[in-house]
Amino acid sequence: MTDYAQCDEDCPAQPAHHPADQPAASRLSAGAARPVRDGILLGLAVGVSGLAFGAAAVGAGLSAWQACALSLLAYTGASQFALAGAIAGGGSLLAGTAGAIMLGSRNALYSLRLADLLQVHGLRRFATAQGVTDESAAIALAQPDHAAARTGFRATFASLYLTWNAATLIGAVGAGRLGSPQSFGLDVIGPAAFLALIWPRLQAGRTERAVAAGGAAIALAATPLLPAGAPVILAAFAALAGALARRPSSDGRSA
Amino acid sequence: MSGIWIAVLATAAGCYLLKLAGLTVPERLLGNPRVKRFAELVPVALLAALVAVQATSKGSALVLDPARLAGLAAAVLALLLRAPFLVVIVAAAGTAAALRLLGIA
Repeated sequence: MTDYAQCDEDCPAQPAHHPADQPAASRLSAGAARPVRDGILLGLAVGVSGLAFGAAAVGAGLSAWQACALSLLAYTGASQFALAGAIAGGGSLLAGTAGAIMLGSRNALYSLRLADLLQVHGLRRFATAQGVTDESAAIALAQPDHAAARTGFRATFASLYLTWNAATLIGAVGAGRLGSPQSFGLDVIGPAAFLALIWPRLQAGRTERAVAAGGAAIALAATPLLPAGAPVILAAFAALAGALARRPSSDGRSA
Repeated sequence: MSGIWIAVLATAAGCYLLKLAGLTVPERLLGNPRVKRFAELVPVALLAALVAVQATSKGSALVLDPARLAGLAAAVLALLLRAPFLVVIVAAAGTAAALRLLGIA
C-alpha cells in the first residue's frame, strides 16, 4: 500500500526456498509465529496512516463515505492520496483517475511474484488479489517456504486491511468536524505523504533520484499548459527514460 | 451519480484489476527486465510530480504558498531524522497550520 514500509530496507528480494535446511520442529514453532507476528505488527504500524488519508480526503472535498469506499475497494495508499489530491486541485477527474491507477501499477509486479510464491488458484485468487500491497508482499517474500509465505500474507492483509479502513473512517469523520481544512494544514498532508512514500526509493539509487527530479520538472513545466491532473501523467515519461537509459538495476529488487 | 463517485469507483476497479492481473497473467508477459524497471520507476516519477505540483500549484496556476512550502520543509526535516510516517505528516500539517494561525503565511 505504501512504499514507506520497511520493505525497501528490510525485505529480501527473493524468498529463500530452502525449508529442508531447517529442522521440522523449529519450522513449526518459529516458522509459524514470525510471519503472523510480523504481519500483524506491520499492518498495525502502517495502517494507522489511514488517519492521514481520511483527513486528507475530506479536506480535499470527498465525503467520508467516498474516503471509506476508496480504502475498502481501492486499498492502495498512493493511489488513494493521488485521487484525493486531484480532486482537491479541482482538475480533470479523468486525468486524476488515470494518474491514481498508474500509481497502482507496482502492485501488478508484486502479484506476479506472489503468484508463484502463494500458489493460490481458482476463486481464492480474487480475494488474494485485493490483499496485494507493499507490506503483504514484503512479509510474504521474506518467508522461507510457501506455507509461511501464505500465513504471513494473510496475517498482513487482515491486520493492515482492518487498521487502514478503521483509521480512514476515524480520520475522515474527525477531519469533517474540524472546519476549514486549510487552517489545520490538511492540504499539506498529501504532498508530505507522497514525499514520505518516495523517500526510501530516493535513497535506492541515482536513477531513482534522476527520475524523481525529471518527473517533478516535467509536471511543473506542464502545469500552466495542461488541465490539472494531466501533468502528473506526463511525468511517467521520466520513468520511461530511466528504464531505457540504464541496464536494469543490480540492487536486487528486480528478481 | 456524481463525478467524484465515478472517479472513486474507477480508481478502485483499476487498482484491483492491476493486482489481479499479476496473479492471472503468465509471468513471461511482464518478464522483460525493462518493463519491470519501468513499472518500478513509474511510482517514483509520479509521486515526485505530485509532490511538486501539489506544493506549488492551485489548478493550472503556479502559486507560492509559504505555509505549504514550510510544511513540506518540516516533512523533509522529519524524514532526515528518520521519523515514522505519522510524525512526518503531523510535522508538515502542524507547521502549515501554525504559520497560518500566527498569520505569518
